[in-house]
Amino acid sequence: MTAVLEIAPFAILADLAYWQVTSIRAIAGLAAVLLVAGTLVYVHLFKLVSFMQSRLGPMEAGPYGSLQLLAETGKFLQKEDIIPRRADRFVFCTAPFVVLVSTFLLVVVLPAGPDAWFISNDLGIYLAMAVSSVSVIGILMAGWGSASKYSLIGGLRATGQLIAYELPLLLAVVGVVIQAETMNLQSIVLTQAEGEIFGWSGIGNPFILTQFLGFAIFMIALQAELTQTPFDMPVAESELVTGYMTEYSGLRFLLFFIGEFATAGVFSAIAAVLFLGGWYIPGLDAGSELFNVIGPLVLVGKVVLLSLLIFWFRFTFPRFREDQLQKLAWKYLIPLSLANIFVTAVLKVLW
Amino acid sequence: MSDLLVAQNVFFGLIAVVMLVSAVRCVTTRNVVHAALWLVLVFAGSAALFILLGSEFVAVTQVLVYIGAIIVLFLFGVMLTRASMGDDASVASEKRAMAALVAVLLAAVMGLALFDSFSDTRLVIDEPQRFGVVSDAIFSQYIVAFEAVSVLLLAALIGAIVIARKD
Amino acid sequence: MSEFLRTYLTVGIFGLLGAGFVGALLGVSRILRPSRPTLDKTENYESGVDPVGNMWSQANIRYYVFALLFVLFDVEAVFIFPWAARLETYGLFGLVEMSIFIFILLLGLFYAWRKGMLRWI
Repeated sequence: MTAVLEIAPFAILADLAYWQVTSIRAIAGLAAVLLVAGTLVYVHLFKLVSFMQSRLGPMEAGPYGSLQLLAETGKFLQKEDIIPRRADRFVFCTAPFVVLVSTFLLVVVLPAGPDAWFISNDLGIYLAMAVSSVSVIGILMAGWGSASKYSLIGGLRATGQLIAYELPLLLAVVGVVIQAETMNLQSIVLTQAEGEIFGWSGIGNPFILTQFLGFAIFMIALQAELTQTPFDMPVAESELVTGYMTEYSGLRFLLFFIGEFATAGVFSAIAAVLFLGGWYIPGLDAGSELFNVIGPLVLVGKVVLLSLLIFWFRFTFPRFREDQLQKLAWKYLIPLSLANIFVTAVLKVLW
Repeated sequence: MSDLLVAQNVFFGLIAVVMLVSAVRCVTTRNVVHAALWLVLVFAGSAALFILLGSEFVAVTQVLVYIGAIIVLFLFGVMLTRASMGDDASVASEKRAMAALVAVLLAAVMGLALFDSFSDTRLVIDEPQRFGVVSDAIFSQYIVAFEAVSVLLLAALIGAIVIARKD
Repeated sequence: MSEFLRTYLTVGIFGLLGAGFVGALLGVSRILRPSRPTLDKTENYESGVDPVGNMWSQANIRYYVFALLFVLFDVEAVFIFPWAARLETYGLFGLVEMSIFIFILLLGLFYAWRKGMLRWI
């Protein structure tokens, strides 16, 4: 069930020079990060939570409050930028850059159609995991550079949490890699599209079916990586104000906020690619040119679906305690994901 | 070919300058946290150099393990002992001359060893090295070393736990 | 080779794009926002009272042990990813080798567990 990897440049893009293709990709990447993050904030954070709490949410700015986010951005742009005088200015100001750059590097591996991709790389998911781990340093920089007790404790907690849950996140992916025999995300999509379940190829073989445990571990670990409730101890507002973001005001605070939601979007997209078949929907031929157009939309649809899960958890569960957090990662998720890898590998080798 | 070579050399120059400056700042700064952060740039630079050499697996591993894990370990270690803001006068110790001497000697020995064994070797990189090549080497030629790594890591962890538990 | 380097040039460009986006936003904001720092404004937040003592508080030793455990399993992940992608080639031999490797690392995890290092408090 190895996918035949035949990646040709997009028919229209084939004639363009590298810098032209890259400019198009850069614009697409910017849109992929910002539009998706904006959509998630509006659909989930503004509207979904409002309906869950029996209120309407923003209604004034634009139809059904859909322009609220622009209004918020305008507000944040005008806010005074206060840097604490004891803070380490350079470290304090660089931290948002590190976090956002890590997110932008993450989007680069995503395929959105048979020819619509940013880079086609053999290391795909491994590269994504590597660059996502850089954001930890940004958060530690923010926590330490603020020179505030809340920030430092929040930053340390956040880092401890991020590294503890990065392992289940990494290891949950391995099952998919074993099944697909590749780390290239495009090939993983094609493997799922061309796969079959006991000889029936009606819907391909989305790995959520065979790797359900991996999917569950991935989503739980993702929840913690994004520091969303129930894993929001680093920003626990009742104890630590907003953790490592306490001293950040105005736009710099918004930047962390954008980073959080953009990362949620990109990681949901990675989960969609790994477990839900990415840009592919059953019924069409995976090689069809049509997917270059509808592929991105399908992917965004799956992203909204998966992030719905994330935000549903966020608004449903109360916060864990710090000790329960570490216990869950080290005593349950990591052994479970290793067991998952072992079983998958045994089946792969013996079958 | 030549265009590519020029581009590679330009990028090598840029990366080398960044690495050199960061490395010097790393050892001359009086703030331990800053030193660790400068080290991030050095690691990033060496990852970029690996990319220029066509070995992407090593480059990505450099980012994942060194920037993503080792630096965090360093920073935790620093926060554990001494991570106050501003300059720390006690960092600049009086043993500087000795340290410089050791550094020069080490660089000389390592440089000489490298020069001695590889000075007449020409590295031709036409093709990037796929991760499969590295992986196949690990799981055939270096299988013993691979298993030994696990024991080494285990020993490091047990050592850390023994030190951490004062009771 | 040039195709390969271009792939990573794209990665680098995306990194610059991220930095450029942040820089552009901060630049626009610099034009729009007021800047009137006062002594009280630039004070650290400490629940509204004047901050007490040093800004730095010592981290718990547990963080260090967690970070070391993380390095341990991160290195494992480095080996396990290429192994997983090429498992078909290595077959049973690869499976056994990796099982030994993971088993030894799990010993470390269980040691930390038994010694109570995974317990917070």
